[in-house]
Amino acid sequence: MSDNDYRPKSKVGQWFNDRLPLLTLANHLTDYPTPKNLNYWWTFGGILTFCLITQIVTGLTLAMHYIAHADMAFESVEHIMRDVNYGWLIRYIHANGASMFFLAVYIHIFRSLFYGSYKSPREIIWILGIIIYLLMMAAAFMGYVLPWGQMSFWGATVITNLFSAIPLVGEGIVTWLWGGYSVDNPTLTRFFTLHYLIPFLILGLVVLHIWALHVPGNNNPVGIDIKKPSKDTVPFHPYIVIKDGFALLMFMIVFAFFVFYAPNILGHADNYIEANPMVTPAHIVPEWYLLPFYAILRSVPDKLLGVVAMLSAILILAVLPWLDTSKIRSAVFRPLYRQFYWILVADVLILGYVGAMPAEGLYLLIARVATAYYFLHFLVILPVLGFKEKTLPVPLSITEPVLGGSPNLAAARNKESKIE
Amino acid sequence: MSEKKTKRRDFLFTATTAVGAVGAAAVVWPMIDQMNPDASVKALASTEVDVSSLTPGNTLTVLWRGKPVFIRRRTQEEIDEARKVKMEDLIHPEKDEDRAKNPEWLVMLGVCTHLGCVPLNDKGDYNGWFCPCHGSHYDTSGRIRKGPAPWNMEVPKYEFVNANTIKIG
Repeated sequence: MSDNDYRPKSKVGQWFNDRLPLLTLANHLTDYPTPKNLNYWWTFGGILTFCLITQIVTGLTLAMHYIAHADMAFESVEHIMRDVNYGWLIRYIHANGASMFFLAVYIHIFRSLFYGSYKSPREIIWILGIIIYLLMMAAAFMGYVLPWGQMSFWGATVITNLFSAIPLVGEGIVTWLWGGYSVDNPTLTRFFTLHYLIPFLILGLVVLHIWALHVPGNNNPVGIDIKKPSKDTVPFHPYIVIKDGFALLMFMIVFAFFVFYAPNILGHADNYIEANPMVTPAHIVPEWYLLPFYAILRSVPDKLLGVVAMLSAILILAVLPWLDTSKIRSAVFRPLYRQFYWILVADVLILGYVGAMPAEGLYLLIARVATAYYFLHFLVILPVLGFKEKTLPVPLSITEPVLGGSPNLAAARNKESKIE
Repeated sequence: MSEKKTKRRDFLFTATTAVGAVGAAAVVWPMIDQMNPDASVKALASTEVDVSSLTPGNTLTVLWRGKPVFIRRRTQEEIDEARKVKMEDLIHPEKDEDRAKNPEWLVMLGVCTHLGCVPLNDKGDYNGWFCPCHGSHYDTSGRIRKGPAPWNMEVPKYEFVNANTIKIG
């Protein structure tokens, strides 16, 4: 049924809906026709929404106890851990929640890469997603600075110093970011402000992301355009709501494992030492979710070019819809792309591993090869593959391969004719 | 087509836009500049250090503008080593004579020019400093010799107020 046909049953509902069509929106979200073949990789959108809300709620409660001042921040975090009722729980949920958020977003991004969800007509959804991802990284980085431990301080120093690589104005920009001549109290207070602001920007962008999604509708594992509503779709409620809910429960088990059994395993012990501007920890590493980009930064021996390579590695994703020249969306029907996809997954995992290791000897060599391959994948392999690859026949509808018993159109047709 | 005549309305439109842009810039600038170092931060711009207790071959680290400053009383070997280096061997060529006016005293920001970590004393391949973060090696004059850092460690403005006191800044 179309959105325009909807009319609330009750008089009051009609009166309200004529003035503010919120009930039409609710009806649209409930009936929203969804491809019936969505697998569990499609449940991470809902999981990410849960993560964002969890971070906002726990963040708000932490902010009631945290003090954003260089002399008191570290102590106030310990105060939250020891004195505040359930402070330890709220802080551990918030700290591990950041990691869970990134875990989910990486699965969400790689699902898009596999099934070609970034391709026409979904480019704007994809680009909004990349902006959300960038904001997530900014929020996570600034949040990590707030406890004012050694990793907070030196992580902030190293990352803000990236801007000093910009010719001529770089030093001025860094001083401006710091509000002084080093990372200090003015830096902490502004990071707190921005850390508070960014989640709400993300929330706004998530609304746009979903709005843009609801224009063409979901992509699906087969990657074909489907008629909506039709035999190929099911209403969002209750079908997808239940499926998303079940996946969310599974995800929460993993989440709870970290919070209750290994709350510090993803963090770094040095951050339980208060910030000291006179001593740099022997080995500075960012949080795990930034390691691949950190490896790219360190693999380039030149300071400016290293920063450029790291930023390009992220921004190249924004132009991905135009780098991938293949008309076929799903990797299911792209035998060569499917292999390159898994090589890319391995490449990013390798980058993450060497990012955590010291930048010397064999690690450095591996990092350089992996960095080169990362760019090769997006700049050479994807554009060329679209022209060279012989793709498999794509079914005309979601129902067809199911009824035909084979994802291969020719085989399915063949079978049908035999049955007749 | 005849050439387009400038009308009164076009003029008003351009003038309004221009005034609006100036007004917006005048509002935006204070919002940006408030993030620059404030008066209280600038007021801490200089510091005096008593170096009478420092013996040759040792380094004193003091905090100036929130950054560590290395004050090294160099031994004769260190000075000789720094002065005999050929300019063409340096990534960022600077004479030791220019970096340490009084050869016994080397005063510089203890901040790696790569990404701002504090290098470690008496470490690295050139007997000077070594940055543990990304592996930059500095010589006994604090000059970058190997690694990703682009420049030598910065020598701040300083002067000897008397034989035992250095004023930095």
